[in-house]
Amino acid sequence: MGYPTQFRYSKEHEWIDLAGDRAKLGITEHAQSELGDVVFVELPAVGTEFKQGDTLGTVESVKAVSDIYAPVGGKVVEVNSDLEASPETINQDPHGTGWLIVLQLTDPGEADALLDAAAYEKFVNEE
Amino acid sequence: MRYIANSDADRREMLSAIGRTSLDDLFSDIPQPVKDKFQSLGLSSASEMEVSAKLERLASLNNISQGISFLGGGVYDHYIPSAVKHVTAREEFYTAYTPYQPEISQGTLTAMFEFQTLLCELTGMEIANASMYDGATALAEAALMATRATKRKVIAVTHALFPHYRRVLDTYCWAAGIEIVEIPTGADGRAELSQFAPGIAGLIVQSPNAFGIVEELDGVKESIGDALLIVATNPISLGILTPPGSYGADIVTGEGQPLGIPASFGGPLLGLFATRNSYLRQMPGRVVGQTIDADGNLGYTMTAQTREQHIRRQKATSNICTNAQLCALTATVYLASLGGDGLRQLSILNLKNAHYLAERLSAIPGCSLAFRSPFYNEFVLRVPADPRKLWRGLKENGILVEDPRLLASLGIGDGLRIAVTEKRTREELDRLVDLVGGMR
Repeated sequence: MGYPTQFRYSKEHEWIDLAGDRAKLGITEHAQSELGDVVFVELPAVGTEFKQGDTLGTVESVKAVSDIYAPVGGKVVEVNSDLEASPETINQDPHGTGWLIVLQLTDPGEADALLDAAAYEKFVNEE
Repeated sequence: MRYIANSDADRREMLSAIGRTSLDDLFSDIPQPVKDKFQSLGLSSASEMEVSAKLERLASLNNISQGISFLGGGVYDHYIPSAVKHVTAREEFYTAYTPYQPEISQGTLTAMFEFQTLLCELTGMEIANASMYDGATALAEAALMATRATKRKVIAVTHALFPHYRRVLDTYCWAAGIEIVEIPTGADGRAELSQFAPGIAGLIVQSPNAFGIVEELDGVKESIGDALLIVATNPISLGILTPPGSYGADIVTGEGQPLGIPASFGGPLLGLFATRNSYLRQMPGRVVGQTIDADGNLGYTMTAQTREQHIRRQKATSNICTNAQLCALTATVYLASLGGDGLRQLSILNLKNAHYLAERLSAIPGCSLAFRSPFYNEFVLRVPADPRKLWRGLKENGILVEDPRLLASLGIGDGLRIAVTEKRTREELDRLVDLVGGMR
């Protein structure tokens, strides 16, 4: 699976899809394949605010529970509640219907420091 | 674990890495009087034979059979059927830990699953963990869990909580930055449950409480909104009292010692912890689950381990990611030996004995029950004489009651807390009455 070129990526394996001052956020193909079968996702409530680098939730697979870090700071405006009943969507479509939340960014400039698709792919291959 | 030898140079290097100058410096948290007392035993210059003799002499002081026990406060002198020790001493079972290898540990894992199931039946809850260290740590973990589940930092706790539970709770909460608000005890010995601030993460109620009184908990859950109702209880009392699950408890904790574990000084004890399914991922400790193996056979294995320390390290749900396996097994065998009817009868016997004694003691001129509310197998007797004098006098006559200073720490300076189990005979109860009557 390729990494969408319009996304920005963090070294903690999250992606964001920026649209104005909002960003949809998920975990990457690489992250889901490392985790294995996802059985539970813990997401923040709408309205919660995060600074860049904060833990905003957890993804639990049969192997491990991993924190999700905020690649950019902001306020949660939407949560993918479908994941509650079918967390496996994250394995099946991590860059699409397996999205986690939508953030309203505090400072869209923070996204500049994130990786583009090519840089992220290189990072993953080297890891 | 492999033995790793350390040279003096290794020790110096390790000490300097953590900023300590010597071993004494490392252990500087141990209070000096304790160190002095140890020094005064003169063990460091004694031969092995002398050390052994001295320690045996000290250990022999820890002998509950030196007296007839009316001690309670969380640890009780119950009869232990001989089957309990026979089963738990079998080598297949005799381990302190939950085993990691299900392929060679089905017996122990099955027993663990039974333990969890029995605890759920007893408390009326949906899931239980494989046990914790003791009643106090189980309660403190419940407080932490309530703050995780609600993302709030205030815990309300009733005054009539065993003082040692409270101290452990205070320590945990202090370290986690959790504020504790105390709910006073009313004149009836029950908590004034209408008196607490909103915005709490959880409400901790002990029932039967530290005065032995059964709290009135119907409707309490409804009155605290989405805060968690945490009930600390005595498992034997649940043979006749309403299981906390049926009045809406979110977490039930308890001390499992009454379930077949001897009343030793300092333990071992057994922490009980049960909650609702929806809190599975907030629950501390480990869980044994039932599953089907590759050939379709029923099997047991540890489950939901992804939040424990060996996987999540410092981000684990709790730093108690183990359990008191042998004590939990003991409780399982004990409950299985008694059965449901047996437990009910035992529970009633405790209640009857305690009520007989309470009635007789309170008929002594000058003596009275501190509270008029329903109690289980423990009660507070107000006495006209200095309770410490009475306590010492009873001890001299071979009768053990609790040091009244414990009760004084809960605000009752003129009383004795007395616990009665099925083991106390009518003669023993009457003897206590005669002695108190003669000494008052």
